[in-house]
Amino acid sequence: MHTVDLSLTKEITKVEGAATLDVKIKKGKVEYCRFGITEYKRFYTQAMRGKPYRGLPALLARICGTCSNAHLLCSIEACEHALGIKPTEQSMIMKHLTMYGLNIRDHALHLYLFSLPDMYGKDSFLSFDENDPEQHQILHDAFDIKAAGNYLSIIIAGRSVHAVNPSIGGFLKVPTDDEVQEAIHKLEHIRPAVLRTVERFENCKFKFDRKTHFMALINNPFSFLDGEIASDLTHERIQEKNFRNHLEHKVISYSQASGYEFKEEPYMVGAMARLNLAKNSLHPKTKASLKSTLEKFPSTNIFHNNLAQAIEILHCLDQSIEYLQNTKFQKEALAQPAKKSGIGIGVVEAPRGTLYHKVEIGEDGLVVKGEIVVPTGQNQINIEQDMARRLEELIPDNPDEETIQLELEKIIRAYDPCMSCASHFLKVKLHGLHLS
Amino acid sequence: MAQKKLRIGWFTFSCCEDSTIVFTELLNDHWQEWKKMLDIRHARVLQSKNVLDELDVAFIEGALNSKKQVDAVKEIREKSKKVVAIGACACTGLPSAQRNTFKPKEAGEIKPLVEKFEFLPKAQKLADVIKVDVNVPGCPMDEKVFLHALNGLLREFKII
Repeated sequence: MHTVDLSLTKEITKVEGAATLDVKIKKGKVEYCRFGITEYKRFYTQAMRGKPYRGLPALLARICGTCSNAHLLCSIEACEHALGIKPTEQSMIMKHLTMYGLNIRDHALHLYLFSLPDMYGKDSFLSFDENDPEQHQILHDAFDIKAAGNYLSIIIAGRSVHAVNPSIGGFLKVPTDDEVQEAIHKLEHIRPAVLRTVERFENCKFKFDRKTHFMALINNPFSFLDGEIASDLTHERIQEKNFRNHLEHKVISYSQASGYEFKEEPYMVGAMARLNLAKNSLHPKTKASLKSTLEKFPSTNIFHNNLAQAIEILHCLDQSIEYLQNTKFQKEALAQPAKKSGIGIGVVEAPRGTLYHKVEIGEDGLVVKGEIVVPTGQNQINIEQDMARRLEELIPDNPDEETIQLELEKIIRAYDPCMSCASHFLKVKLHGLHLS
Repeated sequence: MAQKKLRIGWFTFSCCEDSTIVFTELLNDHWQEWKKMLDIRHARVLQSKNVLDELDVAFIEGALNSKKQVDAVKEIREKSKKVVAIGACACTGLPSAQRNTFKPKEAGEIKPLVEKFEFLPKAQKLADVIKVDVNVPGCPMDEKVFLHALNGLLREFKII
């Protein structure tokens, strides 16, 4: 007998930003199951207009704390493309290293502070028991990995949040030899901890199979910065500059954000999409260490997004060590614009998936307008569909509120959504008006 | 005797949560010491079981955009002995309050959303609404200023 009657609105925890879970069940039937983004918009789309383009990347980094360096590099790339600025080889290496530092610390934050407590039946990562040998190791691994990623971000980009060194045309500062050696040492030191992280998420029993589609900016070698956009929905590769033309915008009335589809299908972006589409281009050392683990991809188990993040940490570490060992960093002048105005597009793989920035710069050096599409907006339709299905699965067992909340939050956390990003750009349709 | 702990809450309103991220990075070096000294009663980013009861210190990040947010910080103020404004948006309102100075074109464009989601006419900094005891400015918050403030509070409440 399906007799559950339940109505709950809960703030979702252990995610980046504010969101609610709205569920109503009547006589065992789901009336609605919503993932509402409740962050208030900060209107960057309007705020960027009329600003000098040189200041734009630093402004747009403020969209999001944890993904700030992805927004920064994406906006820099858009401005560089708009004005025909070609970054040097060293600048590109430093951009890659900025993305690696970001992914190491951001993935580790999500895996350990947000997701792992679910696997151990704990409410908070800090309540892991230091006197238990396994949990002691977990605590130390988490903070050691995060600290190494943080250090890499600091020596390359200046800060791990709202970095100050990356600029349009190059980097304002380069690391010293001592800093490079220290970073190599720290990264080598955490490699066993990263392998243990992969093992922990490989052993995770959570499973939620769902057929969906995937999209990611991919390249060989595996990159978060350049290449072409691939999807299992099409054989053609999409150029960065054409990416937005392929997305269809979907309105979600109760959310301060809205969703996207591709070829009229919802799709997933993020670490699992990247590995499903490009695992063969991971660093050779990563592939050698994780041969059997990588056989799990392509995967349709949403919880493998966590495993994919752990694998990406190892790739970021192996590739960073290679760059750091083979680059003699020297101060360079910033590359200069070839023209005064133009339209430019930047696409990067942020930790949570494909991020798109478009900018139009006028002759006077001021931003005319721009557009941004963030990963969580692209995952939002999938997240809701999966929550509804999971809820249907749970109902026959007459679940209580706490079980429903936990089980739905686990699904949401597997996607690693970022509400700070999601709330600020997506269009909302209201009384026939179209706004961004 | 069990170590006395500082009862704290970490709250986030309209912002990019950069200071929350800096706080999680500070944990890399300080988690062992803070586990012993901090009783984290409320922190959405770290845990699901959050209670808003009597706090020694509330750390509040972000600007305020709605009556609901204003009511929430007033409740936090009532239940906290000290309130610390964390980061630029809480201390100055900006950049979250950038809509306050939009020109008529941009202000007109955002009006339907401002009305639909019941935004306040202007985004506000924390001190516009409640008494703030300590400011930790910066975008993100300055780590050294934060550590100095936290250590000061730990001493004031006789935890160290």
